[in-house]
Amino acid sequence: MTEQPNLDYIKEISGGNEEFEKKFLTIIQTEFPKEKQEYLDFLKVDNLEESAKIIHKIKHKLGILGLNTSYRLAVKYEEDLKRGDIQLKEEFDEVLQVVEDFVLKLA
Amino acid sequence: MKCIIVDDEASARAIVTALCKTIPKMEVVAELPNALEALKFLKHTQVDLIFLDIHMPKLTGVDFIETVNDPPKIVLTTSDKDFAIEAYGYEFIVDYLVKPITYERFQKCAVKLENALKKSKQEQLEINAAQSEEEDLFINIDRRLIKLKFKDILLIEAKGDYIEILAQNKRFRVHSTLKKIKEKLPESRFLQIHRSYIINFTQIIDIQDNSVLIEKSVIPISRSNRPELMQRLNLL
Repeated sequence: MTEQPNLDYIKEISGGNEEFEKKFLTIIQTEFPKEKQEYLDFLKVDNLEESAKIIHKIKHKLGILGLNTSYRLAVKYEEDLKRGDIQLKEEFDEVLQVVEDFVLKLA
Repeated sequence: MKCIIVDDEASARAIVTALCKTIPKMEVVAELPNALEALKFLKHTQVDLIFLDIHMPKLTGVDFIETVNDPPKIVLTTSDKDFAIEAYGYEFIVDYLVKPITYERFQKCAVKLENALKKSKQEQLEINAAQSEEEDLFINIDRRLIKLKFKDILLIEAKGDYIEILAQNKRFRVHSTLKKIKEKLPESRFLQIHRSYIINFTQIIDIQDNSVLIEKSVIPISRSNRPELMQRLNLL
């Protein structure tokens, strides 16, 4: 995966407000690992419908972090999961790892 | 514009709040994590606008729309582009923002909102005006109660402990205050444009500089009242 997360969108929205940026990154740091875990837990018990719902939330964060290709992958994967297809799991899990590494580094 | 943000994602709420801060007229009065909390909140607080996420657990945004009584204007926020067509089936839905919401798109949404709210206010005023067409007010003149129809009142001027009402080509001097009579007059037709004057703005002939002409009277407009007057006029 060549695409890397960035904070361009957050900086644009914040209008240079560092306090907002800090607060927002703290929210992402809390939300993302929780959502990732929920997604994995639902997959473990084969609850693909609920997994798809979590991906719906995660894909928003991919957009926030400027991961446009990964965002499109999430859109497709969400739809696939609703139909019971988990072929994109490995590819999507790689994206999750990249995001998690990035988010943890923000701390 | 008082608004609330309803979204189960804290990050999404934070973004919309930040974007709202870029619009001077917009005030976020609450961020709520689900539709049930929003329904509870709306029981005691009136708002002009709701930024509403569609995909929420338990009660979705669509469930909320179908549940809420007399909804204010709603802007949908979701990552689901396909919902757009369905969304416009509801007349109170003003816009549809796909996440992540860009600054430029939000500014366009704010313009749409302002226009929609202005239109609603104008429509409400027209309804009220139509309803008040035949309504009237009794004034006490020398122990006689005289009936004045709202549509016939041109203006009211404060004069010390009295007010003078200009209506039906006559001036009626009544022992009262502008504040008291203002409470009795329909907002759809009357507006205070100066500390000493309330006018029936449907009777304005013209406006020049800082004064309005009503019949033969030239009435000053105070600087603080001018914006509201201009907003109420149907300007081309």
